[in-house]
Amino acid sequence: MNLGEFLFLLSGLKWTVALSAIAFVFGCAGGLAIALMRTSGIVPLERATAGYIALFQGTPLLMQLFVVYYGLALLGLHLNAWVAVSLGFTLHASAYLGEIWRGAIQAVPRGQTEASSALSLKYVSRMKDVVLPQALRISLPATIGFLVQLIKGTSLASIVGFTELARAGNMVSNQIFKPLLVFGVVGILYFLMCWPLSLYGAHLERRLAAAER
Amino acid sequence: MNYVLDFTPVIDGLPDLLAGCLGTFLLALGGMLLAIIIGIGGVVLRDSRFPACRWAVKAFVELIRNTPFLVQIFFIYFALPLAGLRLDPTPTAIIALGINGGAYAIEIIRGGVQSISKGQIEAGLALGLHRALVFRLIVLKPALRAVFPSLASQFVMLTLTTSVASAISAYELTSVAQRIESETFRSFEVFGTITLMYLVISWMMMAFFSLISARYFSYPVK
Repeated sequence: MNLGEFLFLLSGLKWTVALSAIAFVFGCAGGLAIALMRTSGIVPLERATAGYIALFQGTPLLMQLFVVYYGLALLGLHLNAWVAVSLGFTLHASAYLGEIWRGAIQAVPRGQTEASSALSLKYVSRMKDVVLPQALRISLPATIGFLVQLIKGTSLASIVGFTELARAGNMVSNQIFKPLLVFGVVGILYFLMCWPLSLYGAHLERRLAAAER
Repeated sequence: MNYVLDFTPVIDGLPDLLAGCLGTFLLALGGMLLAIIIGIGGVVLRDSRFPACRWAVKAFVELIRNTPFLVQIFFIYFALPLAGLRLDPTPTAIIALGINGGAYAIEIIRGGVQSISKGQIEAGLALGLHRALVFRLIVLKPALRAVFPSLASQFVMLTLTTSVASAISAYELTSVAQRIESETFRSFEVFGTITLMYLVISWMMMAFFSLISARYFSYPVK
């Protein structure tokens, strides 16, 4: 593998990072909306979001990408691969983050909500200033764990035809016939992205556990 | 937008798709079995007296958990022949699934083993039980019981991951669907249908695990 091929892998890495970042940012927004609806106390909203979460947690990510990819084309929207894949990952991330944050919101002691109601805080202020900051702290290890899962998951975009790190690896491997070397390097690149995050998540989890004792 | 949905290819391909579901179950069950073996073996090695063993298990777990399954399956697919093992894609996929699931299983089972208090083990040894029996009855079973829910959801995840095995054209639902799709171009209908099939498969897995839990882990604790 010469320098040119390695640089090609790095350009694939760039798209992996970009795709993960887009999916995470939009997924956070979507996930927050899902989590708030899921805990809203309004039965139809709760049912609908519970169904959404069950659908995305019960089917393979690869199928979600396929269905979104071909479904958009069906609707007559001829978007490029970028938009379709980003949308697929955003929907996926919204479901998982929504479920993580639902758990975190419900883990905030009830007294906090009751106290803010007693202080006559409105819903927005109660959530924004009292419940969500505490929920965020509780959910941080799981959120980072999901980010790692998401970065690894973006490799499936290669099957839909999006050129990111895994697909770049495939292309280089077909060119130079050294699959072990190429996939080894690709694996190391993923590892270098995910491992620090995993360690940070584990560190936060220990700190949270220590704070609760 | 005047596309008419046409499910004829799906209906014509239904026997093939159902056979694909069976292939998916086979991959999932094989992968889980291997994952359990690796998980229990890994936990034993991780607490071994030899630092090299402990270190190797830790490195294995971190390496597998921080790289994508797609890259792992490609690597294994090309590495096995070099190791002198020429296998078909399907057994290769089972090995890859087992290795991947095994790394997660080690972490999960270890959490359960750590929750067993030392006094229990000492009591077992004091009663003259053999070390292997102490491990099986006093450490492993309660540990598995304690972590069974996380293990089950990890295994449902493993079942869904089998779809990635289509990348090396192992025999399972996704690769069958891809074949039908490439013959009929009814992409949305085919993939939409098998998405629902996967949903049913994961529900069946959950039901299977709650059955196991009720059968083997429902004895009273205190």
